[in-house]
Amino acid sequence: MAASCDSLLPLVLLLCLSAQAVDRSNFKTCDQSAFCKRQRELKPGQSPYRALLDTLELSNSRLSLQLINDNNKVRLLLELYRLQGNMTRVKINELKPLKPRYEVPDVLLSDPITEALSVVAQDENSLVVSLGGKDQRLILSAQPFRLDIVEGSQVVMSLNSRGLLAFEHLRTRKDTKSESEQAPGQENVEQQTDEDGQIKEDDDKPGMWEETFKSHTDSKPNGPTSISLDFSLPGVEHVYGIPEHADTLKLKNTDGSDPYRLYNLDVFQYELHNPMALYGAVPVLISHSTDRTMGIFWLNAAETWVDISSNTAGKTMFGKILDFVQVSSEAPQTDVRWMSESGIIDVFIMLGPKPADVFTQYASLTGTQSFPPLSALAYHQCRWNYNDQEDVKTVDQGFDEHDIPYDFIWLDIEHADGKRYFTWDPSKFPQPKEMLQGLMDKRRKLVAIVDPHIKVDSGYKIHNEIRSKNFYVKNKDGGDYEGWCWPGNAGYPDFTNPEMRTWWASQFAYDQYEGSMENQYIWNDMNEPSVFNGPEVTMHKDALHGVWEHRDVHNLYGLYVQKATADGLIQRSEGVQRPFVLTRAFFAGSQRYGAVWTGDNAAEWGHLKISIPMCLSLGLVGISFCGADVGGFFKHPSAELLVRWYQAGAYQPFFRAHAHIDTPRREPWLFGPENTALIREAIRQRYALLPYWYQLFYNAHRTGQPVMRPLWVEYPDDFATFSIEDEYLIGKDLLVHPVTDEGATGVTAYLPGKGEVWYDVHTFQKHDGDQSLYIPVTMSSIPVFQRGGSIICRKDRVRRSSSCMENDPYTLYVALGSQGSAEGELYIDDFHTFSFEEAKQFVHRRLSFSANTLSSRNLAPDSQFSTASWIEKIVIFGGSQPSSATLKSADGTESALEFEFDSTLAVLTLRKPGVNAAADWTIVLR
Amino acid sequence: MTCLHLLLTLVFAVSLGTPVEIQRPRGVPLTKKQFYEEGKPFTCLDGSRTIPFDRVNDDYCDCKDGSDEPGTAACPNGSFHCTNAGYRPMFIPSSRINDGICDCCDTTDEYNSGAKCENTCKELGRKEREVLQKMAEITKEGFLLKQQLIEEAKKGREEKQGKVTDMQENKKQLEEKVEALRTVKEAAEQPEKEAKERHLKAWEEQKAAIRLEKDKAKMAEAFLELDDNSDGFVSVSELQSHAELDPDADGTLTETEVQGLMGGAAQVDTSTFESVWTNIKDKYHSEVSRKEADMSRLMTFEVVLGNFGSTLSWLCVVQAPPTVKTPEKSHEDEEAMPPYDPDTQALIEGWLCCQSYSSIRLNIEKELSFDFGPDAEFTYMYSQCYELSTSEYIYRLCPFNRALWGREKNRPENNKYLVMKYEHGTGCWQGPNRSTTVKLTCGKETVVTSTSEPSRCEYLMEFTTPAVCQEPANTEPSPHGHEEL
Repeated sequence: MAASCDSLLPLVLLLCLSAQAVDRSNFKTCDQSAFCKRQRELKPGQSPYRALLDTLELSNSRLSLQLINDNNKVRLLLELYRLQGNMTRVKINELKPLKPRYEVPDVLLSDPITEALSVVAQDENSLVVSLGGKDQRLILSAQPFRLDIVEGSQVVMSLNSRGLLAFEHLRTRKDTKSESEQAPGQENVEQQTDEDGQIKEDDDKPGMWEETFKSHTDSKPNGPTSISLDFSLPGVEHVYGIPEHADTLKLKNTDGSDPYRLYNLDVFQYELHNPMALYGAVPVLISHSTDRTMGIFWLNAAETWVDISSNTAGKTMFGKILDFVQVSSEAPQTDVRWMSESGIIDVFIMLGPKPADVFTQYASLTGTQSFPPLSALAYHQCRWNYNDQEDVKTVDQGFDEHDIPYDFIWLDIEHADGKRYFTWDPSKFPQPKEMLQGLMDKRRKLVAIVDPHIKVDSGYKIHNEIRSKNFYVKNKDGGDYEGWCWPGNAGYPDFTNPEMRTWWASQFAYDQYEGSMENQYIWNDMNEPSVFNGPEVTMHKDALHGVWEHRDVHNLYGLYVQKATADGLIQRSEGVQRPFVLTRAFFAGSQRYGAVWTGDNAAEWGHLKISIPMCLSLGLVGISFCGADVGGFFKHPSAELLVRWYQAGAYQPFFRAHAHIDTPRREPWLFGPENTALIREAIRQRYALLPYWYQLFYNAHRTGQPVMRPLWVEYPDDFATFSIEDEYLIGKDLLVHPVTDEGATGVTAYLPGKGEVWYDVHTFQKHDGDQSLYIPVTMSSIPVFQRGGSIICRKDRVRRSSSCMENDPYTLYVALGSQGSAEGELYIDDFHTFSFEEAKQFVHRRLSFSANTLSSRNLAPDSQFSTASWIEKIVIFGGSQPSSATLKSADGTESALEFEFDSTLAVLTLRKPGVNAAADWTIVLR
Repeated sequence: MTCLHLLLTLVFAVSLGTPVEIQRPRGVPLTKKQFYEEGKPFTCLDGSRTIPFDRVNDDYCDCKDGSDEPGTAACPNGSFHCTNAGYRPMFIPSSRINDGICDCCDTTDEYNSGAKCENTCKELGRKEREVLQKMAEITKEGFLLKQQLIEEAKKGREEKQGKVTDMQENKKQLEEKVEALRTVKEAAEQPEKEAKERHLKAWEEQKAAIRLEKDKAKMAEAFLELDDNSDGFVSVSELQSHAELDPDADGTLTETEVQGLMGGAAQVDTSTFESVWTNIKDKYHSEVSRKEADMSRLMTFEVVLGNFGSTLSWLCVVQAPPTVKTPEKSHEDEEAMPPYDPDTQALIEGWLCCQSYSSIRLNIEKELSFDFGPDAEFTYMYSQCYELSTSEYIYRLCPFNRALWGREKNRPENNKYLVMKYEHGTGCWQGPNRSTTVKLTCGKETVVTSTSEPSRCEYLMEFTTPAVCQEPANTEPSPHGHEEL
């Protein structure tokens, strides 16, 4: 829910009345962002930087040397590390900054493990460093400074090849210069010893020391501090990632338009297909070609812009040592340039070479997706707002009356007493525990919103404590920063402060958060942070978080809010229960704390369509638990759009319907019995497939592989898949092509894989891979295909909540590949605690079918868990009719299974094997 | 068919004197017992296939219609029958069997889930009988009241039809009298007429001066309020926040419309604001009163014209037009014009009296044209208002002023009097036009029992009235009528 409307806030009125689409004038273009404008004015090919090879220092795993800017004589320190898992880290900071520059903490899991580096060759202008195995070397050229990573005779990536490295050093302001010349600062003493003598200050440009946007002035006490670096990717035509943007999966060339912007903002009624910033930012770009997949992780939390172009400039600037490097001038190339307002250059180059390798590499740096409780993967019913306890009860009953499953009902801001989070409106929610108990009796759960803006009110405990503990963000003058948000005047806790986070987490304890219970979970909205009367609806950049400016930490704020909240939920259960926290703002590493959604979208077909590339982009950079508001937040969807959105949402990771307070009610049964049935069916398909979703999330948690994947991730050699964004894979075994067009009578799905086969999961019909297939659709169609060669476990007994299905039996869907074999996995645990991790209490099995034998084998022999679930049915696609089917149990007993064979579709159904899902067993067909 | 069968079973069970569980597969209602014969092959109820009897309730779904698993959750489309002795038997979807949630009050749905269910059928049955009994009493009394209402309505209708005829006659006589009076008066009192005009003119001038002064004060106040950022200018966007100024009342106040109001200027200062004020003052709501104004629009929407008392007098009474009271009204009192001289007053009153005859007649005719129900039992609500006070608002329901009977497609025609719909109310800021659905239930009193706003600006009211009470069934319901033993 957005900074939209509250008739009591005049400022918000203005936002609202700006009407049907985003008011672009509220948000900066690159030209209006002084540092972006300065950086973008630099011309390629004129790098003033030179590496001072004589300053080279090499320890076992760290190489450092100085760079000098020949224009102003300022020196930088370059550090290079080889990291375990085929990654290279490049850090560039000022050699002697006036004061420390911000280095992003808490995003990396730990100090990455380094590997040995060695210099293998050196001449007067270059240095060749071995990057370990695989014939990988890094070539450092001194003048102009550039880095090339080569493998064999191929350049895979170059840094500063276009000469756009720019590092605005900290400096004293010119109008105070007279003082500093009389008493020279430390940095001058140091730098005057440089070979060429004096530092020449750059001329001041507009916006260096003060910047005004609309009515807001940024005081910029530190002056210009921006940084930039360019990367060239020879042979690459496709780059992805750097969410969050409402744009295509494949990133566009930004020549002639604004760069993609990464700056967490509460954008009211965002527009599609443009590079404007949205609620979250993950500064990770993934490149892909048939040769190689790579990633660039630009670890910087300040406002960042990314330019992308296809440019062949700079390809011929090699020194003689590089003569052997082959560069074809016809080869495609993509150039990427990062620009950030402050901090340092700290970039991780993930060298793949396969998509899965890049995901593993990135996960080793920032962690994997948190493993959600099973119910969080089920269906969520949300609205701004369910008005009162009675309303909650009525909606809950409505689901049962219409036999529609759901796990979570959500309460938006109106549930709290005057938007004082952690409290309940005494007239609307007088007995929250009674309400929560009522839901618990149905094995259902609730999410209540807790936003990070705290009403300034001396009668509000939370506010008083934060104020007395001095935990609020400060304004530039040192007082508590205050801004307008839902409750009116509000303070913003400094979530970058670990003590503050600890205190915040403690507020979720059952004895602190009155009325809360164990089936209540939390939603963090507005954590960009949203400040209605702030510049670009966010916090002033010169606000202070301890010694750091908001400018430095901006994109990290939302991550910290979710982290502190998730920690609170873990602590309230004494470390037993897995948390579930939804956030709107995020950063690299946010995957560790819960789910994200794509914010305040609208009930329009275009918004339904864009939900796919938006979530795919997030999945590529680690955040698998993604969803869009089903139905669209703003406006009222037509019944057709709502049904199609449910059908699409049922096959996206985070599945929640949500609606703006001004829209008519839209619970699933309000659109007539036919549409109710269609929505019911879509939700039921989701519930039946929960075992697969759960297994994929376990996999994502363990390995960092995304749950929702672009086709190219699994078919990296198939060029035709590289730009596909209207269909995707769930894991590697399900291909989904949701219907996202009004009045559609058919969709054309691309089924990848030469020599592979796909099965329509609804009709069991078999289709060949490597073709575009036209599929006629009706209102009930959700085109989904299972890959031949896969085994997917479902629970076909759909009940009113996922918790009710915990002990239900499984049905195995075995889709035989063209070789007549198939493989799959089954993962089971208690579905909501950390025991799977801490006590190895889970079942993880490999199911495989080959040579007419299907077997279940333990993948984790050292784990232990007993489940009541058993195997009720096995459905095999693409096989032939056997004469017998024999089940061999672990104890050696054999029994004959009954079966049916549908010869028209070649579907074999084995009746009731009845074995426990955790047991070893084999079924032989003859 | 089904009911009859149940009843027979009941008689059978009662005659035995002790409750007996008749043997049948779990989840099968007695009505379908005959299809499940122990030891004999079972044919799916849709006839699709026949299976050995040991596959009934064996926790595997064999029949497409789910009929082989009435007592397990194996079939996606099955249903489970709970006997609920002491209460009402019911079917639940078979997905609710052993799901850990007690659905059947006799606990039979949770036989293998570990859920600790208590048999609450007796308690539920007792409560239900209490409620039914109470309902029956209410219905009985309510129905008696309804009969009275019907009688009264009938009488009232006849009376009013008589009145219309009489009034036409009376009006005619009065008109003649007035005409005579006028002729005499005009001839004799030409000088007096001039005096009256002078009097009027002087008063108008004085009044205009007072108004101008007041208007200026209001204008200054409004300027300060509108100037959100206190820069001494009122800008387009500042004005745009006042949706009530929307000239074409289409619900959105566009920038172009605002520019129109501002005479094309991007912003105005205090001196140029005067011309803008002229354009907006009639509609402008001050910030402080906006919430109230919003509410008063709501009230306007609910309280509609024509609030005449139920006893219409034959005397010539001038009835003040019913209006919503606003604070401005009290100021008007100060500006009241001094009275006319007695002769003029008499003439005016005579004329007004004729006018009121016409309007009274029109109103009665309007009233007679309403659909007051099949027996005119709703007539008594005409021109009545019913209020419910909550902590935030006072809701007032005035039936028949704008209500239409609900036309819900799925309701049988004879039930159309159970829902009233008020639509196309005043527009909601950033929302739809207000509308209200009123659900009527039988009660002894005519009261609004609850209101809610389930969706923005869509109100739901619960309203009890004897007028919807149905004639009680002529036989007393048996105290065990809903039991199956």
